[in-house]
Amino acid sequence: MVEHSIYPENQEMVITTSQVNFFYGQTQALFGISLLIPAKQVTALIGPSGCGKSTFLRCLNRMNDTIPHGRVEGEIFINAKDIYAPGTDVVELRKEVGMVFQKSNPFPKSIFDNVAYGPRIHGEKNPKRLAEIVEQSLQQAAIWDEVKDRLHANAMGLSGGQQQRLCIARALAVGPKILLMDEPASALDPKATTRIEDLIGELRTNYTIVIVTHNMQQAARVSDYTAFFYEGQLIECDQTPKIFTNPRQKQTEDYITGRFG
Amino acid sequence: MAKHMQHDIDNLKAKIIAMGEAVEDRVYQATLSVINRDPVKANAVIKGDREIDDMEVEIEEDCLKILALYQPVAIDLRFIVAVLKINSDLERIGDLAVNIAERGLFLAGQDQFEIPFDLSAMVSLAEKMVTESIDALINHDVRLAHHIRAKDDTMDAMNREMYSKIKEMIITDAEQVNILMHVLSVGRHLERIADHATNIAEDVIYLVDAQIIRHTPELYDE
Repeated sequence: MVEHSIYPENQEMVITTSQVNFFYGQTQALFGISLLIPAKQVTALIGPSGCGKSTFLRCLNRMNDTIPHGRVEGEIFINAKDIYAPGTDVVELRKEVGMVFQKSNPFPKSIFDNVAYGPRIHGEKNPKRLAEIVEQSLQQAAIWDEVKDRLHANAMGLSGGQQQRLCIARALAVGPKILLMDEPASALDPKATTRIEDLIGELRTNYTIVIVTHNMQQAARVSDYTAFFYEGQLIECDQTPKIFTNPRQKQTEDYITGRFG
Repeated sequence: MAKHMQHDIDNLKAKIIAMGEAVEDRVYQATLSVINRDPVKANAVIKGDREIDDMEVEIEEDCLKILALYQPVAIDLRFIVAVLKINSDLERIGDLAVNIAERGLFLAGQDQFEIPFDLSAMVSLAEKMVTESIDALINHDVRLAHHIRAKDDTMDAMNREMYSKIKEMIITDAEQVNILMHVLSVGRHLERIADHATNIAEDVIYLVDAQIIRHTPELYDE
C-alpha cells in the first residue's frame, strides 16, 4: 500500500520499504509492509500492542538482526541503499539511523562521556572537536542549559526526563539523518513528555523522525504523517490531520476512537 | 474511556434531537399564530423561547465537556463539531419563530386582510425543511441533506416572488403599508429559517462524509 498521493509533489523520501515481512521463528509478525518515510517529517506508527509497529521500526536499522530466529523478507531502502544487501555495514547504518528507546538507558558514565561515546568509537579523538560535538548535541536535545555546569557528573543522577533527552543527544552526536523513537515519552511525567514532544518539533527541521507511540494524542500532536498498524498489517497511512478527522479505513477509525484495541 | 465518552455522546445526541423537535414545534405554532390570527399561540411561542435558549447553553456545555475530557477524533470529533453548529442554527430558528410570533401578535390586532401571496406554501416548505434537517441528522441521511439544499432554491424563488407582490401592493394600496411590512417580515423570517435548515443539512453532510460543502453551489445537485 504505497501511497504517493498523500505527500506533496516534491517531497523527498528517505526510507522506502517494499513488501516487508518479518518472522519470529514460525510466527509471522509483519505482512507485506510497503511504506514511504518522507524526509524531515515526523511519521508516527500507531496501533494496539502486538500490531508490529515496534518490530517494523526495528527493521529500519536492523535492530532485529540480534533476535534469534528472526527473519526479514522484502526490501528496505534508506537513501537509495538496500540496507539488507549483503556486505552492508550495520555499524555505519546505525550511525545514520539513530534510535531512542522507551526507557532511557544512559551509560553509568559522565554526561560528557555519554554523548562523546559514539563519536569516540567512530574514531573522533580531538578533544576540542569532541567538546564541540557534545555541546552541539546537548543543545539540539534541549538539555544543554540544564547540564552545562555539570558535564562531568554521572548521568545516572539526572531525572528521567533529562536522561531521555541525554539519550537523544547521544543519538544525535554521531550525526544521524534519521531518528527512530520507540515510545520515547511513555515512561515520563506530563511535563517531561511535553519537553520531548517540543524537542521532536524542533528536531524535525533537520532530521527524519519515525516514532512509535501508544499515546494517540501524542501522535496527533507531534507527527506529520501517521501509519496505523493492525495484526502485522499496515492498514492506512495518511497525513496526521486526515487520520484524526477522517480516516479512510473503518479499522483505523475504530481504533483511534477507542472502539477497539 | 470509550464507554464513558459513548455514554456522553449518546446523551448529547438525545438532547440535540429533543431541541430540534422543540424548535420544529415553535416554528409550527408561530406560523399558525399568523395564519389563524391567534394571539394566544403567538404569546406562548414568545414566552417559550427561554426554554430553547437554555437547551442551547446546556448542549454547548456538554460539547465543551466532551472535547475537554475525551479529546474525540474522527467521527466523534465531527459529531461534536456538527452538534455545536447545529445547536446555534436551531437556537436561531427558535429566535426566528419568536419574530414570526411577534408579527402574528401584531397582525391579529389588525382588521382582516388578504395575504397577497401563497404564505402557506412558504410555511409548509420551511417547516418541511426544518423537519427533514432533523431527520437527516438523526439518520445520518446524506441523500436527504442534499435534497434540503436543493429545496432552499425553491424557497429563495418564493421569497423573491413574495417581495415583488408586496411591492406591487404597496404601490397600489398604500394604506395597507403597515400590515404589508409585517407580512413581508414573516416571509423573510421563513426564508431565513430555510437557510438555517440548509446549514444543518450541510453539517450533516460534513458529519457523515467529512466534506465541507458550504459555498459550493455546484454540488447542489449531487
